[in-house]
Amino acid sequence: MAVGIEKPPVGLSRVAISQTHGENSPYFAGWKAYDENPYDEIKNPSGVIQMGLAENQVSFDLIEEYLKQHPETSTGGDHNSNFRENALFQDYHGLPSFRKALASFMGQIRVGRAKFDPDRVVLTAGATAANELLTFILADPGDALLIPTPYYPGFDRDLRWRTGVKIVPIHCNSSNNFQVTRQALEEAYNSAKAMNVRVRGVLITNPSNPLGATVQRQVLEDILDFVTKKNIHLVSDEIYSGSTFSSSEFVSVAEILEARNYREAERVHIVYSLSKDLGLPGFRVGTIYSYNDKVMTTARRMSSFSLVSSQTQQLLATMLSDKKFTENYIRTNRERLRKRYDMIIEGLKKAGIECLKGNAGLFCWMNLGPFLDKPTRESELVLWSSIVHEVKLNISPGCSCHCSEPGWFRVCFANMSEQTLEVALKRIHDFIKKQR
Amino acid sequence: MTQTPVSDYEDDKTRRPSSPSSRGGGTTAMRVIVPLQGVVQGRGGLILGSIIPCALFYFLQLYLKRNRSKSPSPPSSSSAENLPEVSVLHRSASRSFLSPRSSTGPAYVSSRANLIVKSGDSPYYVGLKKVNEDPYDKFANSDGVIQLGLAENNLTLDLVRDWLSENARDSIVGGDLSISGFATYQPFDGLMELKVAVAGFMSQVMNNSVSFNPSQMVLTAGATPAIETLSFCLADPGNAFLVPSPYYPGFDRDVKWRAGVELIPVPCRSADNFGLSITALDRAFTQAKKRGLKVRGMIISNPSNPVGNLLSKDMLYSLVDFAREKNIHIISDEIFAGSTHGNEEFVSMAEIIDTEDFDRNRVHIVYGLSKDLSLPGFRVGVIYSFNENVVDAARKLARFSSISAPTQRLLIPMLSDTRFIERFIRTNRERLRKMYTEFVTGLEQLGIKCAKSSGGFYCWADMSGLIRSYSEKGELELWDKLLNIAKINVTPGSACHCIEPGWFRCCFTTLTENDIPVVMERIRKISETCKSHS
Repeated sequence: MAVGIEKPPVGLSRVAISQTHGENSPYFAGWKAYDENPYDEIKNPSGVIQMGLAENQVSFDLIEEYLKQHPETSTGGDHNSNFRENALFQDYHGLPSFRKALASFMGQIRVGRAKFDPDRVVLTAGATAANELLTFILADPGDALLIPTPYYPGFDRDLRWRTGVKIVPIHCNSSNNFQVTRQALEEAYNSAKAMNVRVRGVLITNPSNPLGATVQRQVLEDILDFVTKKNIHLVSDEIYSGSTFSSSEFVSVAEILEARNYREAERVHIVYSLSKDLGLPGFRVGTIYSYNDKVMTTARRMSSFSLVSSQTQQLLATMLSDKKFTENYIRTNRERLRKRYDMIIEGLKKAGIECLKGNAGLFCWMNLGPFLDKPTRESELVLWSSIVHEVKLNISPGCSCHCSEPGWFRVCFANMSEQTLEVALKRIHDFIKKQR
Repeated sequence: MTQTPVSDYEDDKTRRPSSPSSRGGGTTAMRVIVPLQGVVQGRGGLILGSIIPCALFYFLQLYLKRNRSKSPSPPSSSSAENLPEVSVLHRSASRSFLSPRSSTGPAYVSSRANLIVKSGDSPYYVGLKKVNEDPYDKFANSDGVIQLGLAENNLTLDLVRDWLSENARDSIVGGDLSISGFATYQPFDGLMELKVAVAGFMSQVMNNSVSFNPSQMVLTAGATPAIETLSFCLADPGNAFLVPSPYYPGFDRDVKWRAGVELIPVPCRSADNFGLSITALDRAFTQAKKRGLKVRGMIISNPSNPVGNLLSKDMLYSLVDFAREKNIHIISDEIFAGSTHGNEEFVSMAEIIDTEDFDRNRVHIVYGLSKDLSLPGFRVGVIYSFNENVVDAARKLARFSSISAPTQRLLIPMLSDTRFIERFIRTNRERLRKMYTEFVTGLEQLGIKCAKSSGGFYCWADMSGLIRSYSEKGELELWDKLLNIAKINVTPGSACHCIEPGWFRCCFTTLTENDIPVVMERIRKISETCKSHS
């Protein structure tokens, strides 16, 4: 029989075949280990405990309680016109009542030190979409954003994959608690220039992921001065702003702008979301708050690709407008997160492990440097592998966050019960004892 | 497709014929240089052979530059038109932005952003704005603008509302309120339960003639990101898709804006009732190739928007043959599949593609709940592909446009209620048919004929008899009269890239039966003034 000539298969795009999604990186290998053998208090007590997912489950009961007491919120009301309007509502301006509630919530988190105009709130289906969208708007393919290391591993995918934009790291180290310095900013900018790459902006996460610490006021001022000098943008991802253990320790770039009378505000854009502070990542609610009209208008139109469900907007509008609820939630959430943080720090200390002094977020930045064979990335990955496969804890290695110092690990503590956290701490304790 | 009241189809500026001058310079020069070097052989030939073409090239560019600056087209259209050109323009323009200055010197914004900000008032956007400012209400504002420009279906919403009020109590509250139920991170491409429910719904909607496999599905926040995601997966920036025209104006945004894929219209004519022909496809493909554009696929809408045609099984087979011959993809946008009102039966691409088919790798279907279930606000779109690699890539990209979990939870039981769905589909079709018939008859009585259509929320009306000059200008003049004097908002054919002037899309699903005579009366008045002029 004649052998047929194989037709070339129909091709896919470069984006489709690119590896920029990063799902084959070691960071995700830990997730795989968890998926294959997930810990369960009763059914699988020797399974892998997920400490690599920054999810906030400590205050969910408050939301559950609210929904139980206000059942009409979830269906958007049975009223005739209400339902019809809601079902048909796909205006990318977003539900006015929801924007108002969200703007007010953001102000509450900053304890009134900054005010947000509901008309500037642009809604997106999650902060992932918000960050990508801003990147599309602020930079052309081949341009770069400067990001302080260590940073959230997802940025490599979210900011670069479809946009074609590069990330140039601003190197930070433990000598000053990984704070961004003026020198580091200049060095990053110059290294981009040397590569013939145009820098379009600086992107910071405040409070920081993975550090679990707020950015100091002076550092924010320095960064703002820097971007002004270079005439570039500043994106401040404040997704963890409601998860600071004490409300007074967080300084938002919004406050600094207000203090400066909004001079140079046109280059500043804030990203926020309800995924962390409210523990509702499944709802897919994110926002871009830009002080630049052109960016705001464009973002709004571009949000067509990533709109928030009108039903969800309706549900949350009611909940977030309830000032009593939000105040209680924010305060309780902070307390519980602090309690968790103290618990894990204490537990790690007992095992002889130090962490970076943190004051926010759903994780701590743990230093296993002293336990490395050699101060290298390879050593870190070897240690990490034994923690995932022998100790059965999925934690995130610093190299996946582009940390220039080996030995640091991000450990999440808010996505589990206290009992599970105890189990995890005991496992670490035993592991370290064996190492000695 | 997001038909937001104020979403603007900015890129419909591209209805102007693409000006080749920007691309022509480079390629024509090359055609001159190569043979010239052959001619000028012999002594000094190499040098002369290099200098002469270079000089010619230089003068050619100079000539073109001079001519371009004389062209009267307004800046906004040219910026929307020449996509690659824009980024060049703005790189140099942006130098002024980069100079350190006071707060009046803003930081650079990308060429993509500038593209959208510049393009402002397309007819579509203007019309919607007018409706928003002065909406018709039978009692409160009987002089207001009547909305016929939004493809939204209000006819059968009452059934959905009733179902929800009877059944939804348990969907979010009380029922599955466990945190893992809806609050935590869910798979970005949608809950498997919802996929199963959507697969079943799609099957029902398409008369149970085909079944859908949930594992080939990626759910997105609306059909808009579904189209965009496929554009990102199937083509590189600068490549192109063929699209039969007239077409849904939103494609310009969904395909071109961020994915950077060009759209090449394949004109369909009224003589064929705007039916698609392979000859026309082939011609467009060849012309694109000559222009140096790499065609990666075609986008077809079935039922089509704005005409409302259905593609026959034969045509579907022919399209697959064509795609195979050219080795390109097919994106079949079937979002109106359940909204048929004519006698023809809808046939999905899924019906003619076998899981064993070699060609299955080139077929991708887009669907959603915005039209057939009247829930555009909930943002539920579907990418259904027979190509594993595409499903894989789309799944990973779904993180940028995921469906909200509580909405997913709410919809699972509704879509799974096969009896309700069956009643809904049947009732919806009846009401659509009734409105369609009444509306089209009303227009006929005014001497306005509509293209034969079997689906969608609109009719495609030929008002060329009412326009003064048979041109786009004449059409827009009529559109303006209809909007500002008759006070009805319809979509002009030029916004849909129709090559024949005078056609208008009129959506009737936002009306009640009583509104139709009001609409007809207003059109009659205008048509009388138009006729008295000619």
